This record gives sequence, C-alpha cells and structure tokens, in this order.
Amino acid sequence: MHIVICIKQVPDSAQIRVHPVTNTIMRQGVPTIINPYDLFALEEALRLRDTHDGEVTVLTMGPPMAEDALRKALGYGADRAVLLTDRYFAGSDTLATSFALSQAIAKVGETFGTPDLVFTGKQTIDGDTAQVGPGIAKRLGLLQLTYVAKIASIDLAAREIKVERRSEGGTQMLKSRLPCLITMLEGTNEIRRGSIQDALCAARSQVLKWSAADAGIEDLTKCGLRGSPTVVKRVFAPPARAEKAAKIDTAEMALRDVADELITAIFTRQPALEHELAFNGGA
Amino acid sequence: MDMIEEQFDAIVIGAGMSGNAAAYTMASHGLKVLQLERGEYPGSKNVQGAIMYANMLEKIIPDFRDDAPLERHLVEQRLWVMDDTSHTGIHYRSDDFNEAKPNRYTIIRAQFDKWFSRKVREAGATVLCETTVTELIRDAKDRVIGVRTDRAGGAIYADVVVLAEGVCGLLGTRAGLREMPKPQTVALAVKEMHFLPEEVIEQRFGLKGDEGCVIEAVGTTSRSMAGLGFLYTNKESISLGIGCLVSDFAAMVESPYVLLDALKTHPSIRPLIAGSEVKEYSAHLIPEGGYKAIPQLFGDGWVVVGDAAQLNNAIHREGSNLAMTSGRIAAEAIIEVKSRNGPMTKRNLALYKAMLDKSFVVKDLRKYKDMPALLHTNSCNYFTAYPRLMSQAAQNFMRVDGTPKIEKEKATTAAFIKARSRWGLVSDAVRLALAWR
Amino acid sequence: MSTANRETPRPAAGRAGIKKELPAHFKDYRHVWVFIELERGQVHPVSFELLGEGRKLADKLQVQLAGVVLGPPGEAIGNAVAEAFAYGADLVYIVEAPLLADYRNEPFTKAMTDLVDAHKPEILLLGATTLGRDLAGSVATTLQTGLTADCTELDVDTDGSLAATRPTFGGSLLCTIYTLNFRPQMATVRPRVMPMPQRADKPVGRVIRHKLSVAEDEIVTKILGFLPDSQSAKANLAYADVVVAGGLGLGAAENLQLVKNLARAIGAEHGCSRPLVQKGWMPADRQIGQTGKTIRPKLYIAAGISGAVQHRVGVEGADLIVAINTDPNAPIFDFAHLGIVTDAIRFLPALTEAFTRRLSPHSRDKLAS
Ligand SMILES: Cc1cc2nc3c(=O)[nH]c(=O)nc-3n(C[C@H](O)[C@H](O)[C@H](O)COP(=O)(O)OP(=O)(O)OC[C@H]3O[C@@H](n4cnc5c(N)ncnc54)[C@H](O)[C@@H]3O)c2cc1C
Ligand SMILES: Cc1cc2nc3c(=O)[nH]c(=O)nc-3n(C[C@H](O)[C@H](O)[C@H](O)COP(=O)(O)OP(=O)(O)OC[C@H]3O[C@@H](n4cnc5c(N)ncnc54)[C@H](O)[C@@H]3O)c2cc1C
Ligand SMILES: Nc1ncnc2c1ncn2[C@@H]1O[C@H](COP(=O)(O)O)[C@@H](O)[C@H]1O
Repeated sequence: MHIVICIKQVPDSAQIRVHPVTNTIMRQGVPTIINPYDLFALEEALRLRDTHDGEVTVLTMGPPMAEDALRKALGYGADRAVLLTDRYFAGSDTLATSFALSQAIAKVGETFGTPDLVFTGKQTIDGDTAQVGPGIAKRLGLLQLTYVAKIASIDLAAREIKVERRSEGGTQMLKSRLPCLITMLEGTNEIRRGSIQDALCAARSQVLKWSAADAGIEDLTKCGLRGSPTVVKRVFAPPARAEKAAKIDTAEMALRDVADELITAIFTRQPALEHELAFNGGA
Repeated sequence: MDMIEEQFDAIVIGAGMSGNAAAYTMASHGLKVLQLERGEYPGSKNVQGAIMYANMLEKIIPDFRDDAPLERHLVEQRLWVMDDTSHTGIHYRSDDFNEAKPNRYTIIRAQFDKWFSRKVREAGATVLCETTVTELIRDAKDRVIGVRTDRAGGAIYADVVVLAEGVCGLLGTRAGLREMPKPQTVALAVKEMHFLPEEVIEQRFGLKGDEGCVIEAVGTTSRSMAGLGFLYTNKESISLGIGCLVSDFAAMVESPYVLLDALKTHPSIRPLIAGSEVKEYSAHLIPEGGYKAIPQLFGDGWVVVGDAAQLNNAIHREGSNLAMTSGRIAAEAIIEVKSRNGPMTKRNLALYKAMLDKSFVVKDLRKYKDMPALLHTNSCNYFTAYPRLMSQAAQNFMRVDGTPKIEKEKATTAAFIKARSRWGLVSDAVRLALAWR
Repeated sequence: MSTANRETPRPAAGRAGIKKELPAHFKDYRHVWVFIELERGQVHPVSFELLGEGRKLADKLQVQLAGVVLGPPGEAIGNAVAEAFAYGADLVYIVEAPLLADYRNEPFTKAMTDLVDAHKPEILLLGATTLGRDLAGSVATTLQTGLTADCTELDVDTDGSLAATRPTFGGSLLCTIYTLNFRPQMATVRPRVMPMPQRADKPVGRVIRHKLSVAEDEIVTKILGFLPDSQSAKANLAYADVVVAGGLGLGAAENLQLVKNLARAIGAEHGCSRPLVQKGWMPADRQIGQTGKTIRPKLYIAAGISGAVQHRVGVEGADLIVAINTDPNAPIFDFAHLGIVTDAIRFLPALTEAFTRRLSPHSRDKLAS
C-alpha cells in the first residue's frame, strides 16, 4: 500500500507578533512547525502502513527550509520525503497550490507506485482555508472524503474503504473506492514518537528536492502568482477598540456586592436581557 | 530489538554552546559524532542574555560573521548601582569597538543555536532533536560506553560521551559523576524580551546601524540578595532580566518575577522600555559557584563541559564563551587521544583538564575563587547598603541647596560610617579587593 | 478555461497594483448567489446570514440576489425556498433530486458547477460549515476560480469587484483579497460571523429549476448510515444568546462546574478556551475561537480567559462581553465591555447566587411593585 500525505510547514501562529508601530508581521524568531492538523493525517497514514504494509511518502511544497518539516515527518516514521520547491511556486494561492501538489503526486505515483490513498490535513493554521485537499482531489480525479473522524475499514483487494465522516450535526458512515483523498479531522489520534532508529534514519536520509520541471509540471502559468486567481490587496491590523473594559472595582467590597453591581451593569447595558434570562433560568 | 549495530566515536549530550562547540570540532576533524538534544530544535530551551564573545567563537568557526545571526555589536557598556529611585553609573563607550571584527555581540539564542547546529550538521555530525538522554550506560568496569534515550529502540554506543547538558546536568548527577549543584551556587535568572522598533532602540540608546549597548545593574532592585540586573539591546528588542541565587530566593520568599517587575518599573529603566511589547518570558539557572564548584571534569569514557561543569564567570557575566571554549578543548583532547589510537580512558582524557587549566577558562575562575562566597554572605551590604549610600552621596554631591560643601562631605562620610562602621568599611573593601585579586 | 489572457507574467512586486481586466468571456457573469445549505430537512442559519450580506452586495452592484437550494423532493425544499425569499432573495435556483438527500461531494459539486456554468453568477457565497467547505473547495477547483475562505467582511469595490476580508496569521492581521480575472468570485463565511438579518414574510418569487445531470449509479461514494449527535453532547454554542466560558485560569477540571452552574442558572450555554479542550477538560465542540466556534451572543461571560487573539476573533461579535480575570493587564480587557479583576473561582459562585436572587420570581415581583 502506498500512501502520500501532504504536509505544510507553517509559522507557529501563537508566536507571531505584529509590529506595534508599523503594523507589519514580525517574523523574526517565529518558529515554524508542521501544520498541527496535518499530524493527524500523518499518524493515520503511518497506522495504515503499519497494518497493511507499505510505504508513506510525505510531500510538501514550500521554500527550502520546509525541509525541516519533512525531516520531522521522517522522524515520526515516514518512509520517503519530497520537497517541491521552485521560485515559480512563490505566491501560490490554494488553486495554484493544489495544482502543483497534484502534479507532484502524479509524479510520485509514476516514480514510486500509484498511491492508494492521499491524505491532507483538515486545514492549515496560516491559510486556514481547507481547500487544498478538495482541490487536489478534483485535479487528480480522486474521490474526496473530508473531515474523516475514523477509517473504519480498508479492503485493498476490493479497493473499498469505509469511513466515518463528521458532518453538520452528526456522523456520516460512507463507503467509497480507492484511490481517494482523505482530509483527517483533528483529535482523532495522536502523533507517535518515532523510535531512535526512525530518528537516525530521518537525520540521514535524503529529502528529494523537486523543481517544477522535476515534478513534470509543464504549464508554469498555473503555478505561483500567475496561477493564482486570488490576489491579496491589503494586509492590515484589526482596528483596536478605543475604549477598554469598564472595570468594576472589587477592592473593599464583598464579592456578593460586586456580583450585584455587575448584574446591574449588565442589565443597564442590555435591558432586554433581564426578562430573557429570568425566563430561561426559571425553567 | 535493544541494540543498534552502530558505534559512534563520540556522543554529545546537549546542543547548547558547549555541545555545539564540541560536536562541531570533532565532526570537522572527521570523527563520527552523534549529538542528542532534548529540545524541539537546538536553542528552543536555551536562555541567555545574551552577549556572545567573538574571540571564542572565532577559534571554532573563524568566519562565523559571514552568516551567523548576530543582533548588535557592543560599543557601550554601562554599569549601574541603583537604589530605589536613582542610579549611579560608569559608562564606557568607544568608537574603537566599531572595528572590522567586533569583539562582542548580542544574540538571540534560539536563532544563534539553530545556526550553530546547522554548522554542526554541515560538518558531518548526526543531530537528533526531541531526544532526551535518560541514562548513561556503563560496562562492568564502570566505563561509560553509551547512552539510553527516551525513544523506543534501545541504546546507542560510543567511545566517549561528552556531557554538555547545561546547568542542571541531571544526567551526570544521577550517574554520580558529580554532585547536584547547591542552591547557593546557582542563580535563577528571569528574563523578558521587550519588542520595540529598531529606530526607537537606536534613538533611546544613541546607536546607529548595528551598534549595541548593555546595562548591568546592581542594587536595591535585588532586595538585598546577591543579584544582577541586565539590559541588552538587540535589533528589534531589548532583553531585560535579573538573576539572584536560588538559596536567596528561597530564604527571602521573593518571587523572581517581583524583582523583574521592580527593575522594569525603576525610573531609570522604565523610559528605556516604554511602549514595548513583551513577548517572551523565560527563566533559567546560571551556575555561579565559580572555581570551587568545578566538579570532576573527566572519567572513563566521559568528559563534562560548559555549564554542566559549572564553568561560568558570574562576575563578568561570561558563560557562553567558557562553554564554547571548554567544548572545543574537550573535543581537541578527544581528537588527540583518538589520533594516538588511545582508548578513551580516564587517564587519557586527563588531557582535557590539563589543556583547560592552561586556558583563560580556569585561570579566570581561579582568580575569582573567593568572590561567590563573599558576595553571598555579604550580600545585604554589597547589594543594598552600599547602593543606597552611593546614591545618597551622589545626590548630596549634585544637589545645590546652600549647604556648605564641607558639611556635605561630612554628612556623606558619616552616613557610610553609620551604616557599616569604620571597621566594616575597611573590611568590606579589603575582602572585595582580596576576592578580586 | 483559457489562460491566454494572462500571457504576460505579472511582476511579483506589483501584486497589489494589478489592473483588473476581466476577460471578455467573464463579462456576462452577473448577480450574487448564496448557497442555501439544506441538510436533513433543516436550513443552516448561516445561509440566512449570508443572504443578509448578499443583499447588501447585490444592492451595491444593482444586481439580483439569488438563493441556490439543492435537495431531495419534499416539504423541506419548499420551506427552504420560502425562507430564502423571506431573508431577501430575489430569485431561487433549485436542483431537486432524491440523491441530494444526504450530502455527498460528487452530486453536489456537479449540481452547483452545472448551475454556475448555465447561469453565470459573479459572486457565489457559501457557509464555512463542514458541508460548505467540502463543496466550495471542489467547486472552485472545477471552475478554476478563486475562493476566499472564512471571510469576516464582504464589500464591493468601486469598480464592482468583490473585496473579501479575512483574518490571516492566526487572526493577528486582516487581509483583503480579490479574485480579479476569474468568475465567479467565491467566498465562504463562518456561521455567526455576520449578523442575522431581519426576516420578512414575502411571497415566493421567481424560481428556476435545474435538472441534476448525474444518476446514483454514477456516484461512487455511498452513504451507509447517519448518526446524529446525541442530544446531550450537542452544544449549540454558535446560536446561543448567552454564553459563559471558562479558561485555563480556572486551574482545574473540577472548577468548570462553576461555569456550568452559572450557565444553568441563567439559561446559558457553556464553552471554553482551547487549552481546556487540549487538556481533555471539555469536548472539542465547546471550544470558542478561531479554531472553535464563532459566537455572537447577547451576553458573553469569560472567566479565567486571557483573551488571546485566536479566542478574541471568535467572540468579538458578542453584544456585551464580561471578563473576569485576576490579571488587570490581561488582553481580554482590551475588548471586553465590563471587567472584573478578581479570582473567578471565588467570584463565579457569588455571581451565580446573585443572578439567582435577582432573577427569582420573588424579587421580580418586588421589582414590579
Ligand atoms: C539569563 C541568562 C543570561 C546569560 N547571559 C549571558 C551572557 O550575556 N553572556 C554569556 O556568555 N553567557 C550568559 N549566560 C550563560 C550562558 O547562557 C551559559 O553559560 C551557556 O549557555 C552554557 O552553555 P552550555 O552548552 O553549557 O549549556 P546550555 O546552553 O544550557 O545547553 C545545554 C543543552 O543540553 C540540552 N540537554 C540537557 N539535558 C539533556 C538530556 N538529558 N538529553 C539531551 N539534551 C539535553 C538542553 O536542552 C540544552 O540545549 C546567561 C545565562 C542566563 C540564564
Ligand atoms: C492555530 C491556533 C489556533 C487557536 N485557536 C484557538 C481557539 O479557537 N480558541 C481559543 O480559545 N484559543 C485558541 N488558540 C490558543 C490561544 O492562542 C490561547 O493559547 C488560548 O486562548 C489561551 O487560553 P486561556 O485564556 O484559557 O489560557 P491562558 O492564556 O493561560 O490564560 C489564563 C488566564 O486566566 C487568568 N487567571 C488565572 N487564574 C485566575 C483566577 N483564579 N481567576 C480569574 N482569572 C484567572 C490569567 O490571568 C490569564 O489571563 C489557538 C492557538 C493557535 C496557535
Ligand atoms: N504548500 C503545501 N504543501 C503541502 N501540503 C499543503 C500545502 N498547503 C496545504 N497543504 C495541505 O492541504 C491542507 C489544507 O490546507 P489549506 O487549504 O491551506 O487549509 C493542509 O492541511 C495540508 O495537508
């Protein structure tokens, strides 16, 4: 069984700062991580590989330093890593990203065997669009199973897969056919810790670096900025609310009185609430 | 399953300053080196002010200036003695420091260590992060022959293990190679990064380009404890911190954060960081026991370097340079032993100590061998009484209020004597001078 | 789709200043569409919120606002159509087929892309629900057009193009995105980000029906079953009028009971910040914020929550935000309306009791008299 999983290296958004004066992003020192959602997909891929025997190829498109993310994935136990990196990819939006990735997946298939499954994370924490997965599926003509909470079974011989998929208000049990693309829901598993052998392997193995040409991409107009229909016009900091919270003084007051004062303040600002709350709470 | 059929020439535990220096030096001499770091990436767990001393790095990577992430080179140093509302200071600034190869730089460890680690890997070492060494493996003769980690998959073996695990050095202490550092020989330092636009920093400190300035401050902010506050300018941030001995914190029941707060709100410091955004808060230990706290540095199959070996000069705020130098020297000793085809025995590795003794590392620490004890036992005088007296004296001197100068001088002298008595003053001075010698 | 019109590479630096020249074959794309999300008989309220936004865009562009309803024959579809008009649609497109009963990507994508190809909208809005996100991604790729996800503001530029603003870099910044040379311009919006518009009973207007061009046997993915969320676990945070939430400041899992007690006393839903979900103290569907639910209650009470930007973006739409935090400098006080600097663990029981006192019929009678 061959599984391809797409991961993305993202800045740890919890640590991003905005320059207090110029309102620009200060990237300095912001560590990069594997998009946390992708780890659920990676773990699922590794588990399937362990039970069904086969290989896991991790793929990312990004700048040369994205190699760190791939190496980390190798350290978790992935078998092969491909870094798709080329200046033509700069400025890709989701459409261009899914184009490049789908071409690369096709090339991975040609080179190392057609994948039975392609995984992506549910979404990224920087782009946060959840579109790249569906985009890849469409371009490769794969069936798409998004928000998968559980892979119930895979029958390699019958090329059949059963999954539980999160939908609004419930869980769908779906049956579909291999090959397909799965985006994994968060919280469905926990990424393993690779063994010392995995770690040594990762430190030593080569990450394949593919240019657009290496990935067999001929139509460069579909890549990067040129292949991106969306254009970021303006980046700006959210307007700060001028007034800060009105603080209710708690010094030298019994908590009970503070509570009463707060409630009065709430109902002064939202008079209609008093009736509604009583009505609800009275039940 | 328990055995990797692989033997390394050396395993280095830790990817801080000392570990990187050791791993780089050995790997670039063709040794088969494995370096293990528990942090997510090298530098992720490391805290430093941070001033980096070029000379010691040049001895390892001569052309480091080409690509190392350096913040500012220092052209000015201020030493402040503070009381609650004022400071008395010495400033030294020299254009001579604007040299082609500047002498001291501020750095941000998270970035610097990453760079250093890349160099280590480029030199050919295998570096594994997120891997904590949990145990040293010894053979029947008690020689260290390898390590066990927190990852599944068994032990790894090497001819020699370099312990560069930093100040806590749990591994070495647990293995009985040395004692646990004592509360009175380690300082706890807390530090914040205050982010400010480059131009603002340059304007506030009168800097241009990559010039930098540092302030070191002693005084009442440390609440009578032996402690030192510091302020270092980076490109777009200011590192501000203070450290005091762990034993003092325990005795005073003061939280380090309170001290840092006092420093931040001190009228001399506050305007320098006004309007900044605090993004990182970190706390770390600094070994301050000095010469007398240096443990056994080598044994059968192992050497210990850097903070783990207590090689830190608290008086001059030097640590990373001692760490780098001890790492390099240990590596050179190992390379030497190896080139003679000698086994990594205690006897052969004694070369490391011999070489280290001849370096500035041990010489400097020996010079100040009595300083830690003195400052510790006398901390309330050196860190509270004198700063107050100096401030009063300075103010008395500056303030023009119609008091005849002669009376002012008398008042100042009287204040000193009242606080410490004549004998006390003389003995404080003599003790300080002796310890300094 | 031809890309011939984009032959000359654009200078990277001039990205923001690119001239908008809509290719000729897109010139007749007109009108604003909103996907009316219908699942198991229910219209997702986000569709109404989108109709509210769509109305504004359509008015500015002086074009029509259309709803798109995909679903199985039956009462539900008629109901969805009526609601679409009630919330402001000028016309509604319907694709009605039994195999649209439960959501599956293949037939829904087919239905939607066929409709777009046939009727050519210039703007297409979808809710950023699990269904909407699944569908939007494949529709946009099939149509080879741009899609801006999770928008927080939609507007029409002076030259008539859609300016979609969304958070970026984890919510610390906003960016405005255009889909310049492609149509339709697609955007998704998370539930509760836009205000719910006024509903006005209106007669059903023009309805355009379209046939579904795939049959069940052409569709690979089959639905084996559906397990609705059990009533107990189902948090309807997004649409709750009052929400009480706890954060790490509560210190221990058992203190969440204090939050639940207050919520129960005032008939509120309870929620939490992300670390509590990560610690397993609360289920994931109770998380509020960027990667959790966006809420828009009349009253939001946050206890022991620092107010990180990722949390902030999920609660800013609340009418009244009350923060209880021991740290007077906690960022939450930057966007809360009322703040109390005190220990939430001690204050929550007092507040619960005070509310109960105040809201009891007894004191209510006293107030009335
Ligand atoms: C606040 C502060 C300010 C300072 N300012 C300065 C300054 O301005 N100039 C200066 O020269 N020095 C300064 N120092 C001192 C300097 O930081 C240290 O002396 C120096 O970092 C020591 O290097 P090291 O390699 O010995 O230890 P460290 O840099 O602490 O590195 C130890 C490494 O070992 C790893 N490790 C530990 N245990 C294990 C294990 N079991 N398995 C795997 N890995 C492990 C750790 O994660 C760490 O990366 C300062 C220190 C502090 C705390
Ligand atoms: C990609 C990404 C997505 C994220 N998405 C979300 C999201 O959707 N939602 C979310 O909430 N977070 C999210 N986060 C996490 C977010 O950055 C913060 O870490 C989180 O919101 C902090 O939760 P907290 O306020 O409960 O905890 P803390 O930040 O630890 O704050 C606890 C607060 O409680 C106060 N406190 C302590 N004791 C008491 C007491 N006794 N009484 C009253 N107050 C007390 C403290 O002063 C402090 O302000 C995300 C992060 C990332 C990186
Ligand atoms: N540059 C990239 N390289 C590899 N995978 C990616 C890339 N961008 C997005 N992905 C994958 O697509 C998923 C959804 O991304 P997004 O649409 O940006 O939210 C991610 O979780 C990744 O698995």
